[in-house]
Amino acid sequence: MNKAKIAKSAYRSAIYVILIASSAVLLIPFAWMVSSSLLSEEEMFQHPPVWIPKPPHWSNYKEAWEALPFTTFLINTLLLTIGRVLPQVFACSLVAFGFARLRARASSKLFFLCLATMMLPGQVTMIPTYIIFNKLGWVNTFKPLIVPSFFAGPFFVFMLRQFFLTIPLELDEAARIDGASSFQIYYKIFLPLAKPALGAVAIFSFMAAWNDFMGPLIYLHDIEKYPLALGLRLFQSYGEYATRWNLIMASSVAMVLPPLIVFFFTQKYFIKGITIGAFR
Amino acid sequence: MLSRKQKREEREFYFFISPWLMGFLFLTLAPMLASIILSFARWNIITPPEWVGFDNYKELMHDPLFWKSLGVTSTFVLSSVVLKLAASLLVAMFLNQKVRAIGLFRTIFYLPTILPIVASSMLWMWIFFPNGLLNFFVTKLGLSPQNWLANEKLALPSLILMSFWGFGASMIIFLAGLQSIPQYLYEAAQIDGAGWWSKFWNVTFPMLSPVIFFNLVMGFIGSFKVFAPGYLITDGGPHYATLFYVLYLFRNAFEYFNLGYASALAWILFFIIMAFTLLIIKSSPFWVYYEAERR
Repeated sequence: MNKAKIAKSAYRSAIYVILIASSAVLLIPFAWMVSSSLLSEEEMFQHPPVWIPKPPHWSNYKEAWEALPFTTFLINTLLLTIGRVLPQVFACSLVAFGFARLRARASSKLFFLCLATMMLPGQVTMIPTYIIFNKLGWVNTFKPLIVPSFFAGPFFVFMLRQFFLTIPLELDEAARIDGASSFQIYYKIFLPLAKPALGAVAIFSFMAAWNDFMGPLIYLHDIEKYPLALGLRLFQSYGEYATRWNLIMASSVAMVLPPLIVFFFTQKYFIKGITIGAFR
Repeated sequence: MLSRKQKREEREFYFFISPWLMGFLFLTLAPMLASIILSFARWNIITPPEWVGFDNYKELMHDPLFWKSLGVTSTFVLSSVVLKLAASLLVAMFLNQKVRAIGLFRTIFYLPTILPIVASSMLWMWIFFPNGLLNFFVTKLGLSPQNWLANEKLALPSLILMSFWGFGASMIIFLAGLQSIPQYLYEAAQIDGAGWWSKFWNVTFPMLSPVIFFNLVMGFIGSFKVFAPGYLITDGGPHYATLFYVLYLFRNAFEYFNLGYASALAWILFFIIMAFTLLIIKSSPFWVYYEAERR
């Protein structure tokens, strides 16, 4: 081996060492979360910390689940998530089709306006929106969280429009010659072709709905209506559970699992969706 | 004059975009206008609103907590954006060196950003706990253990550390940006005898500058709106050391029901974000390189 080759392989191994070391550091909190969730009461506060519980206390999961009405929280989260994802996907695809394919004098101005609203901090509209929903008697119901999803969010509209623009115009033209209406073109040609992009929107809005904290915090007051995001936090309000970190970590693991699984199986769409915004 | 066909297409256009248009009118524009008006009033949602002119804004200028929250948030934004951008660019450049298992590394680095904020807040509370994991490592290094969240000087840096854990979000965007830089530019630089610094400064940095720009603006906006860690982990304390701007706004709106005052806070937030975003955009011609502009 000559010098250049040695230098090169040294350089490459240095890169691997750095990458492996930094990803290991990044994973420590995850490992700690999982192992804490299986610790016994005594192991929890031992020094040095116990990494591998002997035996693992799987019963922590059951105990945590029963300590608070987690079944109700899970059902609420599922209802809220489904109620937010489906309308969002439908509404955004309609709007994106309009912006991608139909000509109108104001269309580029309106599209610019749509993009501009992405920059608007939600805090500006949060208070009047709360007042409106309060006057409608919707506070402490799921409505303030679900109804806005029927109106398309600008980021998803942008993502889908970018995708729709890649569909060849010849397809719509051929369909128009055959007498198809715009809605038929949208429904029969664009929706089937855009499945990956629609999937990306569905995944993103699933994550947003599952993880949302501020929305439920503002609008939901009764414990029976809490989603997991609010329920998990309840441990802190009961003295006897506030330091039961093994139980808190067990329910955290349970809450983290669904988005993690979704992420693992849909990484490709996910990353494509994230990067689309950066490269206009 | 529009032909009948064009008119029909216009009608269809408005039908298709109606979900966004209605949302814009009723959930963005109308609340925005209402919020302007509200910021000139005093209202607790129960008794009738009282018109107070610029009083809310005047009061803000003399409100020590307003200034405190601005200071806390600025420190948070500045440190977390700089740290995250530097780390994510560095890691993305390592990953772009044709490493094996790039997908696995990318997944690992991105993982922390998938966690629901409530779950990651609980996790970090436990890590920062006096008996917790961070103190274990700190004592291993021969330093004295700290009460991270109860110490006025350490609470904010602790939350910055927690936010730094999520640098993978911008890393993924940098990586995609790096992968789109054509290889021939590096080959040409190589032929000209460029070293790694010269390659970085003359090829990578200009080609990547639009992406750096994007991450900078997004990072700035996102971290200025930070709320949940301050609310969940430290409750703004100790002694307001982690009173984030949006947390202060939230308390005014939904805990004290000072809806007018909170609206004034929201508009100040709007102008801060707009001003800094414009500043970043205006400064971009000096350092952002768009290939299309040169042609």
